[in-house]
Amino acid sequence: MKPPFSVIFLTTLIGVGQGLFLALYAGQLYSFLDLIPNQDSHDFYAVGSLIVMLFLVGGLIASFFHLGHPERAWRAASQWRTSWLSREVIALPAFMGVVFIYGVCHWFNWHPLVLDLSDTYHVDFTLLLGAVGVLLSFVLFICTGMIYACLRFMQEWHTPLTPLNFILFGGASGFLAASVFSSFSAPELTRFFAGWAITLTILAMLSRSFTLLRNARIRPKSTMSTAIGVKHPHIVQISPGSMGGSFNTRAFFHGMSGRFMRMIKPAFILFSFVLPLILMATGMTSATALITAFIFQYLGLLAERWFFFAEANHPQNLYYKRIA
Amino acid sequence: MTQLALIIDLNVCVGCHACVTSCKEWNTSGPAGPMSDENPYGADPTGVFFNRVQTYEVGTFPDTCTLHFPKSCLHCEDPPCVPVCPTGASYKRKEDGIVLVDYDKCIGCQYCSWACPYGAREFDEKQKVMKKCTLCVDRIYSETLPERDRKPSCVLACPTGARLFGDVHDPESNVSRAIRDNAGYDLMPEWGTHPANHYLPRRRTTMTIHEDELIRADNPLKIDGKQPKPTTQQPTLDDSTSW
Repeated sequence: MKPPFSVIFLTTLIGVGQGLFLALYAGQLYSFLDLIPNQDSHDFYAVGSLIVMLFLVGGLIASFFHLGHPERAWRAASQWRTSWLSREVIALPAFMGVVFIYGVCHWFNWHPLVLDLSDTYHVDFTLLLGAVGVLLSFVLFICTGMIYACLRFMQEWHTPLTPLNFILFGGASGFLAASVFSSFSAPELTRFFAGWAITLTILAMLSRSFTLLRNARIRPKSTMSTAIGVKHPHIVQISPGSMGGSFNTRAFFHGMSGRFMRMIKPAFILFSFVLPLILMATGMTSATALITAFIFQYLGLLAERWFFFAEANHPQNLYYKRIA
Repeated sequence: MTQLALIIDLNVCVGCHACVTSCKEWNTSGPAGPMSDENPYGADPTGVFFNRVQTYEVGTFPDTCTLHFPKSCLHCEDPPCVPVCPTGASYKRKEDGIVLVDYDKCIGCQYCSWACPYGAREFDEKQKVMKKCTLCVDRIYSETLPERDRKPSCVLACPTGARLFGDVHDPESNVSRAIRDNAGYDLMPEWGTHPANHYLPRRRTTMTIHEDELIRADNPLKIDGKQPKPTTQQPTLDDSTSW
């Protein structure tokens, strides 16, 4: 596949946003349970939600560049019964809406009591709303992943590992972003977030490595024989039916050299996982180290997402062997 | 239920691209059009086509066979491109099984082209919507055309009659017979899309002649060659008697 940059930015940016929201809510939940110190509603949660919104809006804007007719984008919410893309189109604004309300409540320090569990534990509105946000965040991760995983003949994508990777990448980059944020606004939480970021980065690395191994062993179900229905082991394309190429020769081939493909794999592993892990482990409390780690990881994830598209081998390419 | 489809006889197709040009001509001027071109007279001409003829060589030299392979939307019975469409622009008609795109609803996200294993859909870079073979839906039901012209334009254009058009759900239709009689097959059956379009395989065209058919059986006296050949004006023995 030819990696579409709008989708690469969409999935990585909302991934950071979703992960950062999970991190904020984890902070609220832990402090509710008195496991970590309480933070200021306005300076930490509201400003944090604002940063989440910036990432989500950035992703949303990027996604519009993918469309031929962005002015009709509203129509994309109609087929949620069958289309994961449609479900994502609903889940993203729903999640943004909840994050927005969550941020506004924290901004104005509005915490109406909903439930008294005991004398010490008072469940307020933002805690419940945040739980809805967490749910929607996971729904959005699954929708995003399933857009790719549901295509049964895209064998590289058609695995539960695809949505799992989206969750882990988003979680890792989001918690890393949270540790950067807290190193400015709540230094006592930096270790908490960075610790989670390390755990999630390690899990993401394991899961992605396993996916790479799995994909390296894929045996394509479609062959030249099944594509044109001729049972002969030796079939060569003479002409693909067009002189100057077509949509089929442009949209389904990444067009990069084998050398580039071999280089980008270790590059994204290094930048997404190895370098951020080293930086986080050595400089957990240093804002510079965390910022560098986040930038490295984000660049790594861009490369990872590029590779995710490029490595997927669409069966239609069998009809365009002459180009490939 | 009706499922209209094309049957392409690979044994007959000579790869002349008449179906390609005829398709483009009809559809670029119809409600589906224009099927925009880029650089039509430049070095790298490219544009939207609903139908293309590809050419393959099967076997190794000198035992090879050239295969011309027309390829368009197969109008799958279970089209994977339809459920993935977020807007409902991509749909399959209940009444005749044609898979169509509503160009007024398409947002041009290209997700359906990812979901089609056959690469049957092409994105129009000028109109920014996804396009594909309509099975000439504006032609086959047209009241203004004479009855015999109510067929997809590729079928009408084919000089060798390699393309058949009909209802594959009707067991007695010409297309169902052709599939049955000639071992018609569908493409990439492994994905369970059940394409409606079928292909008839290359078959060896032979005629068996036995040795006794080379000599005249009805020549008991074995006098062939003994008698002088009649002149062109005279009637021959075959013309005058029936043995």
